[in-house]
Amino acid sequence: MVSAALKSAPASAGVEIAIRDVSHSFDLEGAPLPVLENVSLTAARGEFVALLGPSGCGKSTLLRLVAGLEPPTKGEVAADGQRISGPDPSRVVVFQDPTLFPWRNVRDNVSLGLEAQGLLKTSGARIDATLRLVGLENFAKAFPHQLSGGMAQRVALARALVNDPELLILDEPLGKLDSLTRLSMQGEIVNLWRRAGFTALLVTHDIEEALLMATRVVVFSARPASIKADIRIDKPYPRHRDDPDLVARRREILTLLGLDASW
Amino acid sequence: MSLASLDAARGASDDAAFGAFASRASLGQSALALAAGAVWLGFAFLTLRWPDIGDWGRGPELAWAAAIFGGLLVAGGLFGGFWPRAAKRLRRSTPWFLVLGLFFSLWQATTAKSTLLPQPFFPPPHAMLEVFIDDWAKLAESVAASIRLEMLGFAAGASAGFVIGVLLGWSRAFGYWAHPVMRLIGPLPAIAWLPIAFFAFPSSWSASIFLIGLTTAFPVAILTWSGVASVNTAYYDVARTLGASPAFLIFKVAIPAALPHVFVGLFMGLGASFAVLVTAEMMGVKAGLGFYLQWAQGWAAYANMYAALLIMSLMCSGLVTLLFKLRDRVLSYQKADVKW
Repeated sequence: MVSAALKSAPASAGVEIAIRDVSHSFDLEGAPLPVLENVSLTAARGEFVALLGPSGCGKSTLLRLVAGLEPPTKGEVAADGQRISGPDPSRVVVFQDPTLFPWRNVRDNVSLGLEAQGLLKTSGARIDATLRLVGLENFAKAFPHQLSGGMAQRVALARALVNDPELLILDEPLGKLDSLTRLSMQGEIVNLWRRAGFTALLVTHDIEEALLMATRVVVFSARPASIKADIRIDKPYPRHRDDPDLVARRREILTLLGLDASW
Repeated sequence: MSLASLDAARGASDDAAFGAFASRASLGQSALALAAGAVWLGFAFLTLRWPDIGDWGRGPELAWAAAIFGGLLVAGGLFGGFWPRAAKRLRRSTPWFLVLGLFFSLWQATTAKSTLLPQPFFPPPHAMLEVFIDDWAKLAESVAASIRLEMLGFAAGASAGFVIGVLLGWSRAFGYWAHPVMRLIGPLPAIAWLPIAFFAFPSSWSASIFLIGLTTAFPVAILTWSGVASVNTAYYDVARTLGASPAFLIFKVAIPAALPHVFVGLFMGLGASFAVLVTAEMMGVKAGLGFYLQWAQGWAAYANMYAALLIMSLMCSGLVTLLFKLRDRVLSYQKADVKW
């Protein structure tokens, strides 16, 4: 059930994201609170990079900078060499909360970006195809309050994918789901990424999730965040969580995070 | 065959114990309907046979209407079993029919029959019926005038309040100038403007539209503003990353998200505007139910006053119902919190 939009995707798919020497701080009652310190990171076209680090370390802030929702205090974020100065529908975000608009039904939520870009009239088939892609074709007319957490997050995913993005930014998208839904959606997202070939940035707290999904795992230190390790995972998909290599990698990352003593 | 026996027959074929229970419950329902019918027939008899102390028209008409209604209730109690769905719907109202019948009897006895309540200040029910039958044309004309005035004022005020509220929530510069003015003028009862408005405007009618609008605009503006201000910022983030323009953020994100608040403001504004409508009609506008009330008082036509009062409450309640229906339609994606 690959949509027409996604079939044509590989031609335009993927973008190179370059984060150069970025530092960022928030203004906390007059005093600057540094959250990112000299972060440099490049994600190649079509790569799936997981950002892993302790809670509140500034990973989500980094995603906001890449999305163009905020400019960095210092340094530069560029997409294919072009400085990112604002949000753009080629770089879409899936947040931890689905943040569906409660007054729009599933289909109208999915079509939000196309409507905002004035493409609504020409893209009916594309919306339907995307709904099928996430398995929600029978819920097009349902309203968000009628959906389960996993279904709502699928709608959020469809709302992002229908724009045929070059970069998909995933800010702990599975963080609030129950563990079974979570497992199945990890596989679904990887399949979608492999089909469409976009670049993906995933923030997560879950080491296993990062190892199962990403081609690269970047480990951050506590706030202000800097990069501690950059680990390449050259494993074919589907991966298995009991794979001895992944188990070894898991131990390595736990040590980096100072959690090796815990079980 | 009565409702009770019909149910009992059905029950017997089911389960003996449950059948007996169901039959007792429906027997109670039938008895209630019969009692309500009896009360209405009693009211009819009392109206017709107990001579009036004064001279009030339309007594026999009221008696016959009450007798027919009572007869229908009795018939419903006896034969309701044949139309179970209609009976079920009516059954909810039976206790009200019973109590209303008692109330009418008491009203009749204490006014026309014994003048226990001082006359002419408390006219009997058939005096009010006389007003409805003989003066309906003037009453209808008054209702039309009131609704027209109310709707014009409310529409103007609601639109102005909505636009001001959105601007307050969206633009800092607008807020800087408008907020102090709102704080100064908003809480002032619009009635206080009445003397000024009546000479500042070309007619008392246009002055009233302004005052009704003013009363409506304030709560609508405040609630719209708070609605726009409390929109989840994540909605804006989502829309912006999907390529939304500022206009899209206002019209497709901020306003729809604020609508539940806006409707609270509209409800508050509508309620407050009724007070201004009636006052304005009593003080200067020469039409409408307020004017009718004032005119009836001038002639000491107390039955007309009560009739106008009843119609006025039906009109206000009807307008609130319309607003709630509109809200339920527009906000159909929500589960309604308050049923009207």
